[in-house]
Amino acid sequence: MSAIHAAAQRLLVERPRRAVLELVPEELCDATSVLMAGGFRLMLVSAHNEAGALRVVYLFVDGPPDQRVELHVRVSGDDPRIPSLSHFSFPAGRFEREMRDLFGIEPVGHFQLRPLVLHQHWPEGWHPMRAGSVAPTVMNLDALPFPFAEVEGKGVYEIPVGPVHAGVIEPGHFRFWVVGETIVRMKARLWFTHKGVERLFEGRDLDSAMALAERVSGDTAVGHSLAFCLAVEEALGIVTDDRTGELRAVLVELERLYNHVADVGALCNDSGFALANAHALTLRERLLRLNERVTGHRLLRGGLTFGGAALRSLPGPIELREIGEQFHELVALANANSIVMDRFTGTGILSTAAARDIGVLGVVARASGLELDARVSNPFVDLPETFRPSRHDTGDVLARFQVRCDEVDSSLDLLANYASREGALEVRESEPRALSTGHGSGIVEGWRGTIVHRVEFDLDGALSRAKIVDPSFHGWPALPVALADTIVPDFPLVNKSFNLSYAGNDL
Amino acid sequence: MSTLAHVISAVVAGVVQVGVVCVGGPLLLGLMRKVRSRLEGRTGAPVHQPLLDLRKLFAKQRVSPEQSSWIFPAGPVVLVATAVAVAAISPLATTHPPLGQSSDFFAIVFVLLLGSVFIALGALDTGAPFGGMGSSRAMTIGALAEPALLVAILAMSIPAHTSNLPALVRLGLVHPAVLVSPTRILALGSFLVVILAESGRLPVDNPNTHLELTMIHEAMVLEYAGPDLGLTILGESMRLMLLLGLLVNLLIPWGVANRPGALLFGVGIVVLAAKVAVAGAAIAVFEVFTAKLRLFRLPELLAGGFILAVLGVVTAVVSR
Repeated sequence: MSAIHAAAQRLLVERPRRAVLELVPEELCDATSVLMAGGFRLMLVSAHNEAGALRVVYLFVDGPPDQRVELHVRVSGDDPRIPSLSHFSFPAGRFEREMRDLFGIEPVGHFQLRPLVLHQHWPEGWHPMRAGSVAPTVMNLDALPFPFAEVEGKGVYEIPVGPVHAGVIEPGHFRFWVVGETIVRMKARLWFTHKGVERLFEGRDLDSAMALAERVSGDTAVGHSLAFCLAVEEALGIVTDDRTGELRAVLVELERLYNHVADVGALCNDSGFALANAHALTLRERLLRLNERVTGHRLLRGGLTFGGAALRSLPGPIELREIGEQFHELVALANANSIVMDRFTGTGILSTAAARDIGVLGVVARASGLELDARVSNPFVDLPETFRPSRHDTGDVLARFQVRCDEVDSSLDLLANYASREGALEVRESEPRALSTGHGSGIVEGWRGTIVHRVEFDLDGALSRAKIVDPSFHGWPALPVALADTIVPDFPLVNKSFNLSYAGNDL
Repeated sequence: MSTLAHVISAVVAGVVQVGVVCVGGPLLLGLMRKVRSRLEGRTGAPVHQPLLDLRKLFAKQRVSPEQSSWIFPAGPVVLVATAVAVAAISPLATTHPPLGQSSDFFAIVFVLLLGSVFIALGALDTGAPFGGMGSSRAMTIGALAEPALLVAILAMSIPAHTSNLPALVRLGLVHPAVLVSPTRILALGSFLVVILAESGRLPVDNPNTHLELTMIHEAMVLEYAGPDLGLTILGESMRLMLLLGLLVNLLIPWGVANRPGALLFGVGIVVLAAKVAVAGAAIAVFEVFTAKLRLFRLPELLAGGFILAVLGVVTAVVSR
């Protein structure tokens, strides 16, 4: 048995909260197989470019109780190669493709070696995240055709959609192969809004980095900034008290609330039931105004500080109850409409096995029968005893609709619970800083799913690398799977029920 | 009155009917949107907003896709032309329209559908994927809706011994008993389902959607812009007004002028506007509380329309 195998086995027995294993590329597969057999999930892969050498960090997570193991692998700078983990986990394969595009690290043995992030007009061999990389002066023709696998057969035709759409939505190109109205195959092409967000974090002072984290995905200001904040606090050894956790949980649940309400309305709207959407938009506006009273910003920006939180007020029990009643009226409208229910039921099924293999997170995972919720597995605050994550097993649009409805109720309960506790509205960093490791990770169950950030600081104390994983990154590959045998006019409904972020995915 | 006077008054009536439908169609659209907005708790645009939109569109430059042929601009023109022709000879405000003898129910409805066919051809002509998708869906729905319509007209014409439209309306005025006969009610029920399908209203098609993959009618007109789009909107709204006008006149014929005369004709116009407005508002109210059917469920709805029409024929034959 190799030394690394034994070290990984020991981790499974001792179960420390945090652990780091330094290893060489040859040991990676061995360590991974042990950790994954022990129940760990690969949540993040982050490449780092230091003077001359490259380093890849694999973050494995398990919980409850919250445990994180990092594998640090050194790779030579001249001919960077790592053994591919794509046969262990599908998400690993996608992380490797991302790394190959941005850093030029070649995953050896990958089953699907094609570009992921960079479109075809970027020159070959150009890797924007490599140190010293400059923008290329010569671009390939933008008009090169997208290399899509062709589907042939009697009566098969192709429908290209986007990246510019008829509505005001983010850019994505979807290609459908269809027989009659039934989808045979669908591929999504994303990364039209890739803007190098991770690079923008490098060397930034912490306050403006927090502002940037709030803007990673506009509808997830709290989710991303809190994950970033937790990662920085871990890296710098900043200790927070229970009250801080409660105030932060209030913000996370408020964000879940307004987004889920909007999604429930939008799902009805996409099936032509505009009345329910009108009610949902009224309720959403009420929630946005509540957000403004709580943080001073309708999208909940500015409520977090390193080591603390600063709120202006907390939602009152009467208001929360009224919001709940208003929401139940809206859901009753949708449930009473047989056409809407018919559109939702059995549409776009993502089986439990497919959801597990692809590694989806959050609402989509819970609607396909997976019990994944970072509020339970990797909490930053104590949950009330009564909290149970919502779970539905059918994996169709209806299940994703119901998970959102359930979570609105559970968020309202959580809010009522946290808001009723005694304590200050504002907490500043007061505890003494612990010994700092210079790197840390933050995990938050945002409204879409689990958000993971990992940061590193260099020896001068400057932010040297931030890696962001939005749940959308894991969700997008599941969309085509759910669409098999769905009809084309139901695609928008299925897409909306996933409601994945383009900005959070493309970064 | 001399024959010449008859001809002149009929022509004037025809011209006025065309004018009323041209203005009334967009207003009907605006009214339906207003009703929906108010019921959904929104203020909504003013009722005459579609007219303002048309003015804006007609002032714009004409744009056609590069690869398209003469079919593409011809689509909206044929759509409006067929609507104008039908508006002139239909018994909307009077049972004595010009060319009333040739105002056959079968002919009128299928002249209107000629417009649909040309819009579908225009959409195919662009070569864009959505045009073809919309056309294919619209023609599928048409193929299911039209048999129902044919049988419904047959049912109504059996008791009247004619399919002449002014005669059918006149029959209701002279013998109100036919209005409550099961034949007429079943056939008009079927007609209503066909109207919803042909004019792209819920639960068949969602006229307000921005989701290009779910569109039926909107997908066909996606490539039109400027004056061509204006003609399309005008033609579609005129068609909706015509179909609704025929429906309400067959259902409740009172108010339609049965004798020549400016005053009676004027009253006929006002009553027509009121009846169509009520019918349009009723459809809008229905739309607020319904949703869009799954595409593969549409045959069930349209088959229901067909069954109504067949039952109409059966009752007509039995009660002879």
